[in-house]
This record gives sequence, C-alpha cells and structure tokens, in this order.
Amino acid sequence: MAKDELKSGYKLIGTRPNRPDGLDKVTGRARYGADFSLPGMLHAAVVRSPHAHARIKNIDVSKALALDGVKAVVTRADLPTGLSGEDLNLQDNTLAGDRVLYDGHAVAAVAATSALLAKDAARLIAVEYEILPHVTDVDAAMAPGAPVIREGVADYSVPEGMHPNVARYMAFGHGDLEAGLAAADIVREHTYKTEATHQGYIEPHACVGQMGEDGRGEMWVCTQGHWYIRRMCAAVLGIEAANLRVTPSEIGGGFGGKTTIFIEPLALALSKKAGGRPVKLVMTRSEVLRATGPTASASMDVKLGMKRDGTITAGQVFFRMQGGAFVGMSPIGEALPCAFACYDIPALKHEAVEVIANRPKAAAYRAPGSPMAAFAVESLVDEMCRELGLDPIEVRLKNGAKNGSRSSYGPDYTVIGLQETLEAAKAHPNYKVPLGPNQGRGVASGFWFNHGGETSVSLAVGEDGTATVSIGTPDIGGSRASIGLMVAEFLGIPYENVRVSVVETGALGVNEPTHGSRATFASGKAAVEAARQAVAEMCRRAAADWGIDPDAVEWKDGAAHPAGPNAGKFPPMSIGEIGAKMGSTGGPISGHHEVTAEGVGASFGTHVVDVEVDPETGRTTVLRYLVVQDAGTAIHPAYVEGQYQGGAVQGIGWALNEEYVYGADGRLQNPVFLDYRVPVASDLPMIDTVIVEVPNPGHPYGVRGVGETGITPPLPAIAAAVAGATGARIRSLPLSPPKVLAAIKAAKG
Amino acid sequence: MAKVHLWSSLRRFADGQEVVEVEAATVGQALDALVKAHPGLEPAVKAGVSVAVDGEVIANNRAAAVAPDSEVYLLQRLKGG
Repeated sequence: MAKDELKSGYKLIGTRPNRPDGLDKVTGRARYGADFSLPGMLHAAVVRSPHAHARIKNIDVSKALALDGVKAVVTRADLPTGLSGEDLNLQDNTLAGDRVLYDGHAVAAVAATSALLAKDAARLIAVEYEILPHVTDVDAAMAPGAPVIREGVADYSVPEGMHPNVARYMAFGHGDLEAGLAAADIVREHTYKTEATHQGYIEPHACVGQMGEDGRGEMWVCTQGHWYIRRMCAAVLGIEAANLRVTPSEIGGGFGGKTTIFIEPLALALSKKAGGRPVKLVMTRSEVLRATGPTASASMDVKLGMKRDGTITAGQVFFRMQGGAFVGMSPIGEALPCAFACYDIPALKHEAVEVIANRPKAAAYRAPGSPMAAFAVESLVDEMCRELGLDPIEVRLKNGAKNGSRSSYGPDYTVIGLQETLEAAKAHPNYKVPLGPNQGRGVASGFWFNHGGETSVSLAVGEDGTATVSIGTPDIGGSRASIGLMVAEFLGIPYENVRVSVVETGALGVNEPTHGSRATFASGKAAVEAARQAVAEMCRRAAADWGIDPDAVEWKDGAAHPAGPNAGKFPPMSIGEIGAKMGSTGGPISGHHEVTAEGVGASFGTHVVDVEVDPETGRTTVLRYLVVQDAGTAIHPAYVEGQYQGGAVQGIGWALNEEYVYGADGRLQNPVFLDYRVPVASDLPMIDTVIVEVPNPGHPYGVRGVGETGITPPLPAIAAAVAGATGARIRSLPLSPPKVLAAIKAAKG
Repeated sequence: MAKVHLWSSLRRFADGQEVVEVEAATVGQALDALVKAHPGLEPAVKAGVSVAVDGEVIANNRAAAVAPDSEVYLLQRLKGG
C-alpha cells in the first residue's frame, strides 16, 4: 500500500491524547513483573559465583534442603543435556555447567515458602570452586598469553593466527582506500574506547512460573518479548513451546535487555520440582548489574582522510568488541555498518573482531553497536573539523548521506532524512548561543537501521461500534496509544473508542519482541491491515442490507456510504449500527493480519550539546541539549519526543558517568546504582527536541521507528563539547571528573 | 540474474568473487543458490544473514521478492534493542 493512499488531512495522527496506561501507572494500579502473586506461591533465590572464572568441583545442597520450608533446589544437573548453539549458550548462562565464567554467574537456585527463607537457604548451598585465570578487558583478552576462556569458540570467519578468544571476524568495504587517503590533505588515526554500560531499566527482572510434572506450565513475566521467553525457556528446559503459556506484565524499561532469558527457566524448573507450586523470582539490583546483559565494551581504531574544504576522501575502522563469555553477543555485525552510515565516502574499509572475556553475557542495548561506532568515527570527524577550522554541521552536510547515495554497508539509500536533520540543527537557536568560559559545543549525527519482523495482530469490532486491537509487542514507549491512533484514523472513529491490549502467547501467532524500534512500525502496520479487513467486511454487510454490490460501498468518517449516484440513495450506516446487528448479519466482524514486516525506513538524527566543565574538579554540566531526528510521521508526537529525550539521556550517562568497573580479581566493583551512576532529572536541563518528518514509503502512515537512534550521537557529541570546553581530547569513555581533570592538567603541560 | 554482493571476509569462500550472480525469485532462493555455487559459504548463511534487496533491508524473510536485475547485499543478521 502506498503511503499516499492515506496521507491526506489526518484527523487524529499527530495529536497528543492522554496515554491509555497513564492513570494505572501514576496510581500504582499497573501490574509489573513482581506484582503477580498466586495461592501457594513459593519464592526463589539464586546462588551466584563470586569468581570471574572457576571450575565447579562440587555443589552440596543438603543443608539447604534440610531447612524447614525449603521445597526445591535446582542445579545444572536438573536441566536436559544435548543442546547446541545459542540454546546451549542460554542454558549455560541460566545455570553454569562445570565452570563459572563471570562474577555473578548462576550456579543453583532454591525455592522456599518465603523470600527470606529462600535467601537463607541459598547461603547454605556450599559450592567448591577451583579458581582459574581470568580476563575482563577486551584488548587484554586477545593479547598473546591471555587465558583461554573457552576452547574452540572461533567460527568459520576467524582467520588463522588469532587468539583463541577471538570468536568472529568480519570485513567489508568499497573503493580504493589507499588512493582515497592519498587524495586527502590530512590523514589522522586514533584509538577510541568505550566501557560496558547497562541498560539501566528501573524495573528489575521478575517472573512467576508454574509448571506441573506433566511439563505444562504458565509464566507471568516482565519482558520485551513473551514469544521469545516461551521459545527460549522451552529450549533450555526441553519442553514443547505449546506447553508454555506466557503473559507479559507492564514493563518498567527494557532497552534491549529484556529480549532474552535469565531467571525465567529457573522459576519453571523449581516449580516442577516443588510439585507444581508457582514460584516467584525477582532479581535484586545487584543481580541485575552483575548477571544480566550489559552492552559490549569496545576498543576501536579509526583512520580518516580529509581535504581542507572538509571533503572526506577515505575512512577505515578496526573494531574489537567483547560481549562476555558467550559467542555471538558482541554487536560487531551492527557496529560496523553503522560506523560510516551517515556519510557518503568513496573509499571505506571496515574490520572487526568479537572477543570473549570473563564478563556477563551481553544483551542488546538500544541501537546495539551504533553508539560505540559513532563515538569513534564522529569523534575523529570532529577532531579534524577543529584542526581545519571547519563548521561540523557544514562538513556533515557536505559529506552526508542523501536519497540514492550508496550506504557505507553496500546498498543504496532510498528515502532518508539525514540532511533535513542537519539543516534543522543548523537553524535551531541552540546552535547560535554564544559560549562562555569553560564551555564547549559538540555536534554529532547517528544512525539506526530499524526493524520490521514477525508480527501478528487481531482487531474486533464491538457491538457498540468500538474496536479492540490485540497486539503481541509489549508497550514500552507508547505503542498502544500510537496504534490506537492509527486504527481510529483508519476506521474514522474517536481515539477513545479503540482499546489496544498486549495479549499472551496463546492469543496470536508468533510476535518478535518490542525491539529494533519496531512496535509502532510493525504492529501498527499490521493493525491498519487488520482494520482494512474489518472495513471491507463492514462494507459488505452494509451492501447486503442495501441490496447493492459491495464494490459500490465506500468507508469514510466511521460509516459505510453508497459510493456515487449509481449506488442508490441510502443514509450512511455507522460502525455502531453495523456492530449492533452483526450477530444477525453474518456473525462477529474482525480483522487479522500477520506478516514479517518489511519496508522499515532508516533512521537518522543529529544532536547539538553545550557543556561547561569545572576546571577545578573536572565535572561536566550539560547546559543545553538538542535532539533532531527524523520520525517519518510522528503519530503521537509526545511519545516521539519522549523517545528522543530518553535516548539522549542514556547516551549522556554513557558519555559522562556509566561504566562497569572490574577489580583485579575480576569482580564487578559497582553493582548498585549508588556507584553505577545513571543521570537523574536534576542532573540535566530539559532536552530540546525537533521532530523532522520525512515519511517512510514503506508504512501506510509514513512511520519510521524512533526508539534507538537517539542514544547514538550523545557519546561523540558530549566528548566533542568537553574537548571544546577544555582543549583536551579524551578518547575513552566515560568522561568522569577524575579523567577530565587529568586530561586538563596534561593539556596544560 | 540477480547480483549478490558478499562482504569482503566472505569472498575467500567464493573464489575471491565480490559479486555472485544467481537465478532467484526470492531471498531464500538466492541464498540457496549462493550456497550451491559456493558450499564454503554455508556456515555463514546458516549462522544467519540479513540482506538488502535494491536498497531495502530484509532482516529475516526468505519469501521476500528478488527481481532478475536486483542488487542483493549480504549483511550480518541484525538485532535491535
């Protein structure tokens, strides 16, 4: 369906109605993962490794089982064998086998009649370890002599001669790199590093699992994707997917970290061993930080050639990323194509390796890989702009990707909005504010692919002319409101007459999680198609009532109308009238659509930030922050702005404060929010936003995903602003006060 | 014939070719034809790839259409957060 079919005089799209979940959330009625309780429910606790790398010599659970009120204990011996590939990875991470691979790796779990008793019982489980050498730094993990974490992890892609901890290798590019570099007036090359950061969702992982001895079970869980929970738990536990029904709760943030399993199979396995009693398992914040997916840490070499007029002639990157002790978790496959995605450069070479290290199994985090890649490439672009005295937006306009230009990863772009974001940033008042002493300005652009994916949606017309929509993508950022607006727009009825619900795994076909900025795009696209089916049926019912051909009926303003003078003269038949008598005109009226959604529109954004750095302490204060991003069409602009602001704040945290700090013993030193410092509202000014709308031809209303790109530019933009404020370029994140202070002192000599 | 572009570290499994021409009407047929012509590419395709067909990124849909003159780029399987 062409976008233009619907792009005319929207009545609801682009408005800002109240969010449907707002009242429940502000009054505490919304049910999150830990809010579920069932009669006879047990509580569970997990025993975790205190070592970064160790062999498990023995696990003695006898004292725990002897405690009154303890109903079940599970270890790896209780899980099926014979798994391979990612299923084995999931099982290995759920419960360690013969070795623990990181500080916090789960070793055993216990269920008891109270949470306190479960914790006491967990302390009575005696695990005997033989400590092994460990490595946590990405560069150290592939250096000669580094301890080998797991044998045989390298796949087909790894060239001979690399360290055994190197699991994957990738390379691509185009053009003549050497000729491109030779054509430049200056060539610069630096190494940039980013630390692992956590998604930092406010709601810890939580679930209630119930499973009988027959292997049939149910789960209530906080997740971005309950079909993924079903599939992964079934694989780890060796049961059939159809035997597990999974219902999602409201979700207090995910950002990619809740697209996989951590504790869920443990609750089910404990329930089965406890005779089918339901088991609740809620992680502490410390467990979340130690044992659930942070993002990868990265070490990145970048080389660029630039002419004095700002033309970029060639670019080269070599990225090294670790995603924990499990293969396939570092985002090299995303980071590399994102690295130069904002540019049209004639010669490029990309290389990357994935390295394993004794850290937790990384999970996706908002535009996986793109923020690190942007930090490396955009930082060097900024350094060269400053060296040549060039305006950073003008250089990006000169070299930036446009409609039809060849992307850095191969295919030509279709309809994109990068140039529009740059022009809007250039024209914004923030870009013209004079800077004072110790203040600096940074500019950076960012990219994310966006994603469609497996999607199934149903819509039913009510007897009173309302509509209910069942979707399978948990609502994290306002997708229920946005989908409701699109359906109401299509049906021609008030927004308040549409209710959108996230339903359990038994109610729809398989849905991918809410990831890849896909929920409003893909579930919205499918919901519009489901509404189209329902409208066709309503037109058919009206035609039958009028005794005319269905093709002679058109739908507008929430009612069937005779289409043209030859169709006869009948008063419009509203959705309410059709719904009221549908039982006697053929039965329920509904629509259903399922698809692997394609047609995603690539997403680009440009950020401008001003900071002030205290030269006495090295502390950075964000003075003003501007996000400009292409939304395609902003269905509910307040939610779009919220995504822009949230992404920027997470990126600011990554740039200024957040990092995983490991001690020499390989243990995480800062597994609480007091020491792992995420930005809070009082740290920041209001984030200014500009929504650019370059409609995506692949969506009936022109939607592009907006959830991820916003986290990408802050890392290089903040680093550039700090460099402007201090004269000191820092090429490793975070820009913590001690690091900035040391850089200021070093710059002063 | 559709042209399938390989990322450079895959070319050693395809006799050094950057572009492999295949007869295919869908993404799935293109991937199957690629592996049939160059069996060394099977591990990469089995591990999961995304593709871009004439500029349109197809994350995971073997049924997506490929035209006789399509430009198909192999990409690593994409994830989102």
